[in-house]
Amino acid sequence: MAKRPFDIQAQPGFGFMALLTFFALYLPIAALVAYSFNAADSLSRWDGVSLRWFISAWHNSAVQDASVRSLVLAVSAAALSTIAATMAALATTRTRPYPGLTFKYAFINQPLMVPEIVTGVALLIVFSRIKVWTGYSGLGYLIAAHTAFCIPFAYLPIRARLESMDLTLERAAADLYATPWKAFRFVTLPLLRPAIIAGFMLAFVISLDDVVITEFVKSGGQDTLPTYMLGQLRRETSPEINAIATVFLALSVVLVTAFYFVNRRKP
Amino acid sequence: MNRDSDRVTAPQLPSQPACGDNQTGTHLPTRAGALNGVIVPEQPGKNAIEVRSVRKVFGTGENQVAALDTVSVSIRENEFFTLLGPSGCGKTTLLRLIAGFDFPTAGEILLHGQDIAPLPPYKRPVNTVFQSYALFPHMTVAQNIGFGLEMLGKPKAEIEARVAQMLKLVKMEALKARRTSQISGGQQQRVALARALAPQPKVLLLDEPLSALDYKLRKEMQIELKRLQHETGITFIFVTHDQEEALTMSDRIAVMSAGKILQVGTPRDIYDRPAERFVADFIGETNFLEGEVKSAADGRATVRLSTGAEIPASLPEGFTPSGGVTLVVRPEHAQIGPADANASLRGTVENVVYLGTDTHFHLKLDDGSAFIVRRQNSRGGGEALAPGSRVGIAIGPNAAQALKD
Repeated sequence: MAKRPFDIQAQPGFGFMALLTFFALYLPIAALVAYSFNAADSLSRWDGVSLRWFISAWHNSAVQDASVRSLVLAVSAAALSTIAATMAALATTRTRPYPGLTFKYAFINQPLMVPEIVTGVALLIVFSRIKVWTGYSGLGYLIAAHTAFCIPFAYLPIRARLESMDLTLERAAADLYATPWKAFRFVTLPLLRPAIIAGFMLAFVISLDDVVITEFVKSGGQDTLPTYMLGQLRRETSPEINAIATVFLALSVVLVTAFYFVNRRKP
Repeated sequence: MNRDSDRVTAPQLPSQPACGDNQTGTHLPTRAGALNGVIVPEQPGKNAIEVRSVRKVFGTGENQVAALDTVSVSIRENEFFTLLGPSGCGKTTLLRLIAGFDFPTAGEILLHGQDIAPLPPYKRPVNTVFQSYALFPHMTVAQNIGFGLEMLGKPKAEIEARVAQMLKLVKMEALKARRTSQISGGQQQRVALARALAPQPKVLLLDEPLSALDYKLRKEMQIELKRLQHETGITFIFVTHDQEEALTMSDRIAVMSAGKILQVGTPRDIYDRPAERFVADFIGETNFLEGEVKSAADGRATVRLSTGAEIPASLPEGFTPSGGVTLVVRPEHAQIGPADANASLRGTVENVVYLGTDTHFHLKLDDGSAFIVRRQNSRGGGEALAPGSRVGIAIGPNAAQALKD
């Protein structure tokens, strides 16, 4: 009998482990989604299907306020970090390798390495000083903080794309009378577009989701959707939270799916 | 794609009408000197490109490598000029310097008399066909071909007309709306050519453009390239490591090795009258013979071989040898005959290789060295020579060429 290659699926207990993992990952989410349609006032009792909490959340002015702030923040931070990441990716790939380049990669990816709680505390100290000096306490601080930690997420897909892109294309553009700016605009940028969109969406999701840094940086009355939800859970728990979380989940799924399709598409 | 604000002015070099009138006189002595005594037969005609004492050094300090070591060469207008050499010889570096992708460490590159060496690529009326074609994957065939004209800010009507003309020239009209990923390698090659020719460059640079094609397609494209060069009247500078390709297509060839140009000449010059061992060895099959110079004058010498036979040999230009010299005899320029006193060399047949059009006789000479004779086959003709036969080799009066090294 021919010796078959090692097949992990044939090992005893594989099916059980797989099932357990699936349950661990998806059962809580399924429960959340199910309970968001619960008609009851309590989080624990089931009282039939209803859209009651979605409607209630929709009309809650605090939720509206936090949602708008979250979206403004996520769009601004994603846009700014994508621009910065694109420039950083161009600067780190369109050059001959030199000593210190690896250090620059690490420098750009700092937010991935420093624990968020540390960054949060650090920003709290710095921003509180700036607030005293300038008297400004608007959304700018949150946008700046979110932009900073979103940069590596936007940077990664853009850099990967640039590294796999044939440098000869830009050389060909220059050979055909394109100035450096025109070569970028008509050749590099169109070829980079999928990666830029992917980077933007990744940064958007990361910003939308953030609690730790936001909690430290926000001024009074600057709740984003996640910090609002956290605040609600600390007091009495309203099933409205379930409904908001479900909407949040739907939004993330849509974005991640879009991200997948954009990234898969060949130029 | 739209043209907008930062319009590039067409890189027309101002001094074109005056080209040719005063250059021939000024550069000739420089070049003859820089070529280490190789005198390129100068013919009347304007020079499209003049490379003057160009050096290109990569790296710094101890890691310095001279990719080009003081190279000088003139390329005439409307010429199919080939840079031939093994990989790493500097031929692609020279092409990149002419294109503007790199800048020389020292020296000048003149285009119609004007130094273009410091100009960026987008300001040089020179276009390149890349080895990898480098077609823009997000554009159609027609958009690729029109790119250069768009960047020059030409009127839309002119671009359309020119693109249509180019599509016709390379026989790609039917596929103009295709993406470049939807056409075959040979078709991509044609689009790359059309794209580079569309802005009507003064000089077209071709960086081993046929190397990715299969044998049959390569043969077709060789003829196609000659036709395009003839029809457009543009100077072609072609880089290749394939000696057969160089011999078939070129008006003149520059053979390069280790950052230097060893010899410039017509394919026939290069093949029949190689000046150096490297050139003789790199192009075609060659027999080397050692001998003593008996007399030398006016480009001819009489050389005594180890057998005692004296044969005439032609000399490289401006070179008069004395003492020991190496001769080159191409396998098809020597004849097998009886092993008698009239033969220049004598030896034994070691191996006979039948190749269809001709037969190769691998001989072992009496002094122990190897010698190859090629004889064209004819039906029923030629006596059979079995391995082990004693034979003589006759070397005709024009068969041998002396080498400088």
